[in-house]
Amino acid sequence: MPPSRLIDHAVHGTARTVARSVAALACLALAAPVGAQVAVPRLAVEKVTLDNGLEVILHEDHGVPLVAVHVYYKVGSGDEKVGRTGFAHLFEHIMFMGSEHVPVGRFDTWLEAAGGNNNGTTNQDRTTYYETMPSNALPLALWLEADRMGYLLPTMDQAKLDLQREVVKNERRQNYDNQPYGRSYETLLAAAYPAGHPYSWPTIGSMADLSAAALDDVKGFFRTYYAPNNASLVIAGDFRRDSALALVRRLFGGIPRGPTMPARPSPAPVVLDADKYLVLEDRVQLPRVTWMWHSARALTADDAALDLVAMVLARGKGSRLYKRLVYETQLAQDVRASQGSQRLGSQFTIQLTMRPGSEPARVAAMVDEEVAKLVADGATPREFDRARNTLVAGMLDGLAGMLSRADAFNRYNQLTGTPDYVQQDAARFAALSPADIRKAARAYLTQRKVVLTVVPMGKADLMVKGGAQ
Amino acid sequence: MNAPAIVARRAAAALALGLVSAGVVRAQGPIPTAPPALGKLNALTLPPTTRSTLPNGLRLMVVRKADLPLVDFLLVIRSGAESDPADRGGVATLTADLLDEGTTTRTALDIADQQAYLGVQLGTSAGFDQSTVVLHTPRAQLDSALALFADVVLRPSFAPADFDRLKKDRMTQLLQVKDRGTVIADRVFPAVVYGPEHPYGRPTNGTEASTTSLTRDDVARFYATYYRPNNATLIVVGDVEPAAIAARIAALLGGWSRAAVPGMRRVRPEAAAPSTIHLVDKPGAAQSSLRAGALGAPRSTPDYFPLQVMNTILGGPFTSRLNRTLREEKGYTYGAVSRFEFRRDVGPWLARSEIMTAKTDSALLIVMAELGRIREPVPADELDKARQYLVKQMPEQFETTRDIAARLVPVALYGLPTDYYNRYAERVEAVTAADVQRVARRYIDPRTLQVVIVGDRSKIEAGLAATRVAPIVRRDLEARPVP
Repeated sequence: MPPSRLIDHAVHGTARTVARSVAALACLALAAPVGAQVAVPRLAVEKVTLDNGLEVILHEDHGVPLVAVHVYYKVGSGDEKVGRTGFAHLFEHIMFMGSEHVPVGRFDTWLEAAGGNNNGTTNQDRTTYYETMPSNALPLALWLEADRMGYLLPTMDQAKLDLQREVVKNERRQNYDNQPYGRSYETLLAAAYPAGHPYSWPTIGSMADLSAAALDDVKGFFRTYYAPNNASLVIAGDFRRDSALALVRRLFGGIPRGPTMPARPSPAPVVLDADKYLVLEDRVQLPRVTWMWHSARALTADDAALDLVAMVLARGKGSRLYKRLVYETQLAQDVRASQGSQRLGSQFTIQLTMRPGSEPARVAAMVDEEVAKLVADGATPREFDRARNTLVAGMLDGLAGMLSRADAFNRYNQLTGTPDYVQQDAARFAALSPADIRKAARAYLTQRKVVLTVVPMGKADLMVKGGAQ
Repeated sequence: MNAPAIVARRAAAALALGLVSAGVVRAQGPIPTAPPALGKLNALTLPPTTRSTLPNGLRLMVVRKADLPLVDFLLVIRSGAESDPADRGGVATLTADLLDEGTTTRTALDIADQQAYLGVQLGTSAGFDQSTVVLHTPRAQLDSALALFADVVLRPSFAPADFDRLKKDRMTQLLQVKDRGTVIADRVFPAVVYGPEHPYGRPTNGTEASTTSLTRDDVARFYATYYRPNNATLIVVGDVEPAAIAARIAALLGGWSRAAVPGMRRVRPEAAAPSTIHLVDKPGAAQSSLRAGALGAPRSTPDYFPLQVMNTILGGPFTSRLNRTLREEKGYTYGAVSRFEFRRDVGPWLARSEIMTAKTDSALLIVMAELGRIREPVPADELDKARQYLVKQMPEQFETTRDIAARLVPVALYGLPTDYYNRYAERVEAVTAADVQRVARRYIDPRTLQVVIVGDRSKIEAGLAATRVAPIVRRDLEARPVP
């Protein structure tokens, strides 16, 4: 499918899983003795804040005549109102439909004629827009971004909303409704969070709420959230700092500051009062079980330890669950574990698809055993080194191309207040020891959880039920 | 509650009305009212490729890119699923999958352990024309990583237990095909275009029937026949001295023994059949997976550049006609694309989209209209945009070591000239409107179009019949006709 206007829900990671580019910097980190403290290169990043509040983040690299522009708005599906789920992402689509000086369709045609590509992504915490292009086209991308940041509404109309509503409904059909197991994620969220919690609905939203979105919602959302004082702009790649900053001031400086943003929802960490076991019938051949725990929020020390817990459990053939369930007993087709890092609190998940004939309850009991073993005994030094080395290599892989660097700078800036956070991020991992694996597993994976079994139609009896907890 | 889809003309009219209230929302800033004129393009300087050949026939292509201490290795075996024996579909891909599942000195777990400990990436795969082994490593780990790479390439053991384990995995994957209409459509389309006798008509990962019959010896035989240095090119891109890395590779792979590799069997594709709609039932599907296309051209075609430009207009990037009409005007889909698959022999071309069930027939009519329209003269601005897009994409195509290695694969496989990428821009810019129209008329023929639709038959069949685009043949997910 052509790239475009992606949902980017955090359970699958954001900058860390950007896959398009080579591991630019992994080598520098890994040049240190394996298993020892890793050295992370410092990337030169400058941040300038304009009078209207727009944060401008600049990173020059002249290796290839290419530049990336990346705009980050601090609004995501977690800021939506009940009854309007999916709106932040629908709005993202509408941002490509032209603005006061950009007729419908020109945003894309002008960029393509200049050799550029663009996209946007939305998750629970933020919305991003980006362009990559030959370096001479930088002024075009900046002008397009400034025009829609400052002057979107004069040409906004019902037709733009209605068209993108249909596109987004088809995105939902393609990526969720018409996918096997496609409704798992929203089913888990609804069970894991209390009604009304900003993470209790999926970023794609419900069909009914998408239908309900009105033109006044578009206008209100833009006036509330789309202002320079709620955004940051990264330019990364082959450009000259002084001329680019002068151009940014000229294009964005005249956009008035918006009203004070409403306080973002900040609910207390969720504590489940009991384990929840759910079953969902779907048009699938094989049962799949997913475990979800609430876990540490993004960029904390526990968040780093849980990244490694996930890898010890399910990354690579030697990981605990893969080795036992896919390699040795061959009761499972695949297994994944991930720490889905988010601003308000994260989700740790394990997901496993059965082989034909495997009994979910029996396999689930083995998963419980392996989790319990990790909680009791932690990881071996070799497991720890493997996980950390792979993770740091992968993390720095995400900083290879200009676009993925830009995304990381904006993400760090939102979460920590500084774009220059690569070294501190890596330092979280350098500071860990095998004992932290056990501690993190014990702190989070012994808490109450949601367990969802997706089963073939009419096979609800295959669900995993709570037993001896 | 669903809003009706909006056509572009209505959107444009509404836009004009919207302008009346411009300026009310925000104070007018000093932003220019027209897009900026752009300065001169900074030319991409392509790093040179150093070529050599070892005595055993292994070809080397080395590109030094030393801005970061990283190296990518990409071994291209010039045989893939096209060389699968007719009743052994899936053997090339299974052979590739098994390379890193155990060698004579390392178990699968040993390989995985070292890979993770070193923080390197090792991958194996096969397509129709080639099998590949890739290694992505920091320079600091080069020795250990290369030893692992060489072991996987030279000494796979294909142990019976590993073979059985991966065969079970493959059989389960094939069972799961039933869950995915998109995958079913991608398997049925080549089957109806090429027929079952042509290698391109069979899925690279086989069928349940072909996989059931595969033995460990089939895999060992495929490996022994095709994984030969005189049938391979090793691409190296990164922080290396070409002469030094060539010497190191000679030491590691110089003992790999050459052998005669059988030539490619040439099977003529079946004569183009009259247009047909092949309908596969997927009850309850929320969308219909639509594929429409026919035989295309081989990689060696002199029409390559005109076809690339033509397809960029028809179904390449976001503003191409298929996406603009089906998505951005009608809202029937999240996206639509088309592409020519250039292979050693005549590959297919196809348009593809996932269409909301209720609009399956309308979308098919639009696809047919666009396939007809591309045969008519293309406006100059649209042609220019497509050419500019292709040329100016070059820096993005060569950004990283991994990107550059990927660009060299077709050079290794199809014998492209050494100055191929240096001359790429001028070849694209030389394509005229007449060239585009000529290749569109030659390849995009609405009379011999094979349309595959996988969707909820009870909801879409009557509408499809009413389009009168072509007769409907019902098929199962193995492309066999069904009542």
